[in-house]
Parts: sequence; C-alpha cells; structure tokens
Amino acid sequence: MKIVNTSVRKVDGIGVVTGNPAYTEDLILNNNVLTIKLLRSPHPFAKIKAIDTSIALKVPGVEAIYTHEDTPKTRFTLAGQSFPEPSPYDRRILDEYVRYVGDPVAIIAAEDERCAEKAMKLIKVQYEILEPILDFEKAIDSHIIIHPEEVHTNFEIGYERKRNIASKAYAEKPGVDEGFKNSDVILERTYYTQPQMHAMMETYRSYSYFDVNGRLTTVSSTQIPFHVRRHLARALEIPSSKIRVIKPRVGGGFGGKQTAVCEIYSAFVTLKTGKPSKIIYNRKETHTCTTTRYGMRLDVKIGADLEGNIKAIDINALSNAGAYGEHAPTVTSLVSYKTFPLYDTVPMRFNANIVYSNTMNAGAFRGYGATQGTFAVESIINELAHQLNLDPTEVRMKNLVEPGDGKYITSGDIKKCIEIGKEKFNWDERSKPREISPNKVRAAGMAVTMQGSGIAGIDTAAATIKLGDRGDFNLMVGVTDMGQGCDTVLTQIAAEVLEVPMDKITIHSADTDLSPYDPGAYASSGTYVTGNAVIIAANNMKEEILKGASKLFNIDINDIEYLGTSLKVVDKIITLEEFAQRSISFEGMNQITTTGTWGGETSPPPFIAGFAEVEVDTLTGEIAILDYLSVVDCGTHINPNLVKVQVEGGAVQGIGLALFEDIKYDRRGRVISDSLMQYKIPSRLDCKNIKVEFSNSYEKTGPFGAKSVGEVVVNTPAPAIADAVYNATKVRVRNLPVTSEKVLMGILNI
Amino acid sequence: MLLTTTINGRKKEILIKDDDYLLDVLRKEGYLSVKRGCDTGACGLCTVLLNGSPILSCSTLAARAQGKHISTIEHFPLEAKKFASFMTSEGAEQCGFCSPGFTLTVIAMIKELENPTDDEIMHYLNGNLCRCSGYVSQLRAIRNFMEDMKHENC
Ligand code: FES
Ligand code: FES
Repeated sequence: MKIVNTSVRKVDGIGVVTGNPAYTEDLILNNNVLTIKLLRSPHPFAKIKAIDTSIALKVPGVEAIYTHEDTPKTRFTLAGQSFPEPSPYDRRILDEYVRYVGDPVAIIAAEDERCAEKAMKLIKVQYEILEPILDFEKAIDSHIIIHPEEVHTNFEIGYERKRNIASKAYAEKPGVDEGFKNSDVILERTYYTQPQMHAMMETYRSYSYFDVNGRLTTVSSTQIPFHVRRHLARALEIPSSKIRVIKPRVGGGFGGKQTAVCEIYSAFVTLKTGKPSKIIYNRKETHTCTTTRYGMRLDVKIGADLEGNIKAIDINALSNAGAYGEHAPTVTSLVSYKTFPLYDTVPMRFNANIVYSNTMNAGAFRGYGATQGTFAVESIINELAHQLNLDPTEVRMKNLVEPGDGKYITSGDIKKCIEIGKEKFNWDERSKPREISPNKVRAAGMAVTMQGSGIAGIDTAAATIKLGDRGDFNLMVGVTDMGQGCDTVLTQIAAEVLEVPMDKITIHSADTDLSPYDPGAYASSGTYVTGNAVIIAANNMKEEILKGASKLFNIDINDIEYLGTSLKVVDKIITLEEFAQRSISFEGMNQITTTGTWGGETSPPPFIAGFAEVEVDTLTGEIAILDYLSVVDCGTHINPNLVKVQVEGGAVQGIGLALFEDIKYDRRGRVISDSLMQYKIPSRLDCKNIKVEFSNSYEKTGPFGAKSVGEVVVNTPAPAIADAVYNATKVRVRNLPVTSEKVLMGILNI
Repeated sequence: MLLTTTINGRKKEILIKDDDYLLDVLRKEGYLSVKRGCDTGACGLCTVLLNGSPILSCSTLAARAQGKHISTIEHFPLEAKKFASFMTSEGAEQCGFCSPGFTLTVIAMIKELENPTDDEIMHYLNGNLCRCSGYVSQLRAIRNFMEDMKHENC
C-alpha cells in the first residue's frame, strides 16, 4: 500500500481554507435571483382559516406569494432514506394545519430580502388556534390529534394516527424474564436524552433555476442529492427526469442535511415563476424550524449477579418525533441495533413508541439513535458497577462481545479498546475521586459504544471511472463530502487500486445527472460502501485497459502488464497517456468507462471506548473536562489524519451534548435557544485536551480493511461524563445535558 | 450612500444602503471568502480586518468602513496558503466553512501577539467557532505554523 493508510492532504483543502468559492451560496452566478422567505406560524398548533395576501403582493419587488391553496396536495416525507422510505408521508409543501411554532404558512418570493420581509408583515392570516401537545410524554392517547389527515406509510411501522404514534419499534433477544429471575440485583432507572441541534456552520440553503433545456435544477447543500431529487419529484408532482440536483461543497451536515429541509421551497418557486430563486435559512430559522436529534425518555431495567455478570436488560423508550415523522421508525430502532450486539450474550428487550408532538421535528443526527441508546445502556451499567462496588471497566469486560468467525461481529475488539484506554488514561488512579482543593474534585468515567458501516441489505452505492484522453482519470460518485473527507478518501482508494499518483485522479461529486447512484452520506457509509464500489470500478478499469490494449496492439492480453501510469506490452513500455490518446482517437475508438456497484450484506461496527476526566467545582457545580480520550477501533485507516480529526470533532460534539447543548422552549412552544448565543456549542476553551488512541483491526469486507468512523465518535462522551460527575460529586444526572445547575442542585440536595 | 473604502488594497466606491452590513456588501462585491455562520456576532466566520484588526463583518455597518482599509483573506495569498498547508497537513479543515474567517484571525493574531502560549492562542481565537474539527487539530496547525515562521525569521 502506498496511498491508502497515509495522511495525504484533502484534495480540496487548500482551496477551502484560503476561501475559494465552493459552497452553494458562492455559486449563484445569476444576480437576478428571487429571494425566498417563509412566513412561519407563531402558534404551535392551528388551522389556517383564511390568508389574505392582497396587500403584501402590492409591495414593490414582490414576485409571488403562495399559500397552502397553491401547493400540491400530495403528501411526502423529507427523510433521506432509500425508496420506499420507512418514514410516514405526513407533510405537504404548505398545509392548512401548522404543527409547531415555525411551520411555514406562506412562501414569499421577492427581488430581495428587504421587500420579502416587508411583504411578510403584510400577510394577514386567520388562525383557528388549537390546543397543542408540547410535552411529548403526554402525546399518546391525548384528546388532541396532531395529524388528523390520513397518512400513507410504505411499510407497517406501527403508525397509529389517533394515538399520535408515528411509529413503534420492538426487538428482543430471548431470555429476558428468566434473566431477571436469576439476578441478584435489579436496577430500574429513567434517562432522558435531549434534542440537539446540528448547528453546522453553513445553514440550510438551496438555489433553483431552469437550465437551457428546461430542466429544473436545484443546487443544494445536502447530504442526499438523489433522495432530494425523488422528494422534489413527488412533492412537486413532476417526473424525476425533469429534475437535476447538484451538491456543491457542503459546510457541515451531521445528519441535518440528511433531511431535505429547504429544497422544496426554491424548487417550487422556480417551477411556478420560471425564475431562478434561492432560499437561505438564517441562524434563527436553522435553530427553530429544521430538525433536531430525537429526544427520548428511556426506562431501563438491568439485572445482574453479584460478580457483575449481566443477566438481562429491558428498555422501554418514548421518542419524540415532533411535528413530522422524518426518520421516526429508524432512529429509535438504533437504540437496540447498536446496543444488543455489543452485549451479545445478554438477553435484551426493547420496546418503543415514537410519538408526534407540537415541537420542531426530529430527524437524523450523527450517531442516529445509537447515541441515545448508548447513554441509557452505558449509564445503567455504570450505575450497576457502583451498586456492586465493581470497577465499571471490569463489568464491561465480563459482558462485552467477543468477535469471532460466523458471529455478527467478526472483526475488531472492544475489550482491547478498554485495555488500551485503561493504560493510556491511567484509569485505575484517575477513576477514583480526588479532592484537588477544598471545593474542587476530580474524577473520571467511561463508556463504550459501537455503530455500523452503511445500511446492510438496503443502501447500494456506485462509482464510475473514466479514462481521460491524456491518461488521467475521472472518478464520479454520488456520495457527498460534507467535511468528513470522503472525496479525498475515495480518491486515495482509486489511486491505490489504479496504481497511479492521486493527482492523476479528479473526483466529481455529486450531481444526479452525472454521478452514478448513491444514497448519499449517512449511516457511516462513505468509506465503507462507496469505497467498495470504487474498488470494483477501479479493478474493472484495469481490466478494460488491458482488454483495450490487447485489441489495439493485437496482442494477447496475457502479454500485457498494467503498471499504473504505463503498460508493458511484451517488451515495450507504453505510457498510459499514449495508450489513452490512441484508445480514444484514431484506431482505438474506445472511450473506457467503468462502473462498480456495491451494497453490504453486513454493517461491520467500529468501536470506541471513551474515557473522561472532569473537575467539578462543588460550590458552583461548574464542570470542566480536563481530559477526554477516545480509543477507536475502525479497521484500517485510509487516511489516518482525517480519521483522527473526525474522532476529535465527534468527541467535542458529544461533549456539547453531555454538558450544555439544550433546546429551550417557552411555555407557548416557541424555541428560545434560537441563536448561537442562546444555544451554546462547545468553544475552543471548553475542550482543550481531546485525545485519540487506536486499536488496530482489519475488516475483511471493508475497503483495504476499513470500517466507518463518522458517527461512532459522538456516542460515548455523555455517559462517560455523567458518570465522572457522579464519581466526583455523588450526584447522578439522568437527564441530559449534565448542566452545572443540575449538579449544584444535586449537591445542595434540592 | 456612497461608500469609499479600500478593499484588499484596491480603492472602491460602492453604493450602499445606510443600514447594510459589511458582510453583505462584501459578498455582493464578490469577496466570497467571507462567510456567514450566524447573525449575532457569535461565530467568527465573517471575520475581516478593518485597518488591520479583526472585526465581525456581520455586525459592522458597512458605512463604518468609510475611508478605511478592509482586508479579506484574499489579501494575504501567501500567508493564507502557507497556513492552509499546515491546516491541511493536520486534516484540521473539515467542512472548511469556518476556515477563511479562522485563518484571517490567526494571521491577525500572529501580527499582534508575540510568542503566545497555548492558552493565549485559545483565548484569542475563542470567538471563532468550528462545529467539525474539535479544535485540537487547529491548535496543532497553529503551533507548527508559528514554529515554521520562527525558523524563517532567524
Ligand atoms: S457571522 Fe458574524 S459572527 Fe457569526
Ligand atoms: S471545519 Fe466545519 S465548521 Fe470548522
């Protein structure tokens, strides 16, 4: 290996750091684009009785204003999932009902923001205000029904309209009830995980226009261009073939852009007016009218013997979808999918209701439901360890999965991660609470987690390679780089197989007209799923080159050797450049293009053991993270630097979840944490000592032995930190985030 | 009003509205390296230099640049590229959306602080948020960058 497993620089790194135009808004070349603004509901739940736009339409510069009377009646989902999507088709472009504060009521298209905003104030809406459900724990069997209309689902997902249940989830490994019977101790605890904002730096945005062939083109900062195209076709009631979706550089996604949050508006306006249009969510809209991490209540019961052998775990979850059900059936299922195999011999049961409420809707978020499941299961295992007076690492060593042939987990070893972490973190010493000064206590906590690599049996990605006329290659993929670096990693993989330097390969992603199909960047699939497709395409390319050369030179294929940038034809060396030239023109008449398609039958998990050391000020409850260590097992690192920074970034996002990120609503259902001042994400001073160690493994189904790393990184901080805080203060915070207030209240016993 | 200002060393006359923010004016004029991450002066993405000092262009009225010098990252092609090479060799740029504003702040910091400690660096840059990187790789890049500058200067 020469290129794989080296920390090459990102293919587009210098360009983005020095500020080259690359993102959606930078690429709006037409300076006469309609600006779209959305009039949004001030009520969490209401029926629109009448809208009068006549005065607003008179504002100079206003092009058009649309209400639910102008939009198609077709219902759809905006979830970024392969068709047929498991999410309920419960929304329209504009509906006569509004279901959370911020739900769009009217679409205003104007020549600039000023007149759009002026017009917005002049739209008169008569609402029939309905009583909302703001507390998701009160949703089931409420007299209020959030979706009174019939909702289509593609599968039986447990949808119960009249009970506000968007979906149900269930999973079981046998032996749970006997397990509890045979337990010496049983703990029952309730945990809450809060919704979290993605807070990516580039807010949601899209730009649409008709190209010269009359095709509707939408440029969007999205993780899922192919799904967006399909959603647009359904929502706008036009054929997919009339739509093209282009994804430029994306300024962060974290799963937020796995839901098509804003594209329908610009596409709709352009379709209606024939004119180019753009919609750019401001920070406030991004924090109040998009999607969040699913908030959940998790009732967990654990049984074990006195030695710490876990006999059974039972989880009952209530999960808040908010106003619409994007990703409702799948996120919550991951609570079980990613905890059951981790403790593979422990009998486990999982039962969940995913409910509607009149809050901002939830969706995909890095870690998906594994993050919530990890918090619940790892927290109760930590509580069990304390109860039994055992070291939490020891309890895990007794119960964690051992990989093996024929098992669900064939590569990687979470126990090894713990061992490495214990040593590097000096766990034995640091896990004990230590008083540093009269009111400062230090202690540590830990947790483990796993994720998957792509969605087995469903998501399939493709890659196309083209041999250019001068012996260089174009690699075309539909996966989307949103910062994780898959453009670079996939180029590395292609270069490795094709045995050429990276600069011989130019990657292009993603454009639904030009790229082969790819579900997009989610479920930790970029390196693993699309990477495998690239390998196939590259191997096919080598074969086609040999075939082409054999025909061109009329020589047996076995007498030709592929040497990367050249070919050995009997005893002559021909450069790839010369071959490509002759192959394409003159006697060759052969443009070589190959495609590889790949979908996984398994979704091999990466593992992490996370260790946190905190210092708590017992006078104020203030928590400082002194040290955070992630010990990662993700197979081969295609690009070690990029892997490392992913881990660091994920840990910090997890620390945000653990300590302070919180979406606050006022009593009337309005989000008040609507800016980066109110919604605090970690800053540089919040996490200074983020460390990463690796445990090596080789995943034989992965490209060059690689597994994923994008999501798993975010799961461990919350349970590890919550337990570290408990160790330091004996205050157990079971509802995230673990804020200083909660800790102080605990210390003061209030 | 007519704004007469110097952007990246070039004199400019731009017709603006009194309440236009500098960020919007700059982007409209094609300085696309300037990004917006928030609207409340909280993220640092829109950082530009006004007479050499970093300011947040999203919360600075364009009129305040009257007669002054504005620099965006395009004004420092050499330093920016150099620092970018340290950023990229750490893999410290992920989505990269925060990078131009951050890089510009680093360039200003280097001019302002002599031999800063890690804490001083973190403090200076604390207003520059990044949701992707986890920050520590950026610190590594800055340290290497400063180390390299030291060698160059002697
Ligand atoms: S855009 Fe100016 S500080 Fe965020
Ligand atoms: S690299 Fe994405 S916000 Fe900093």
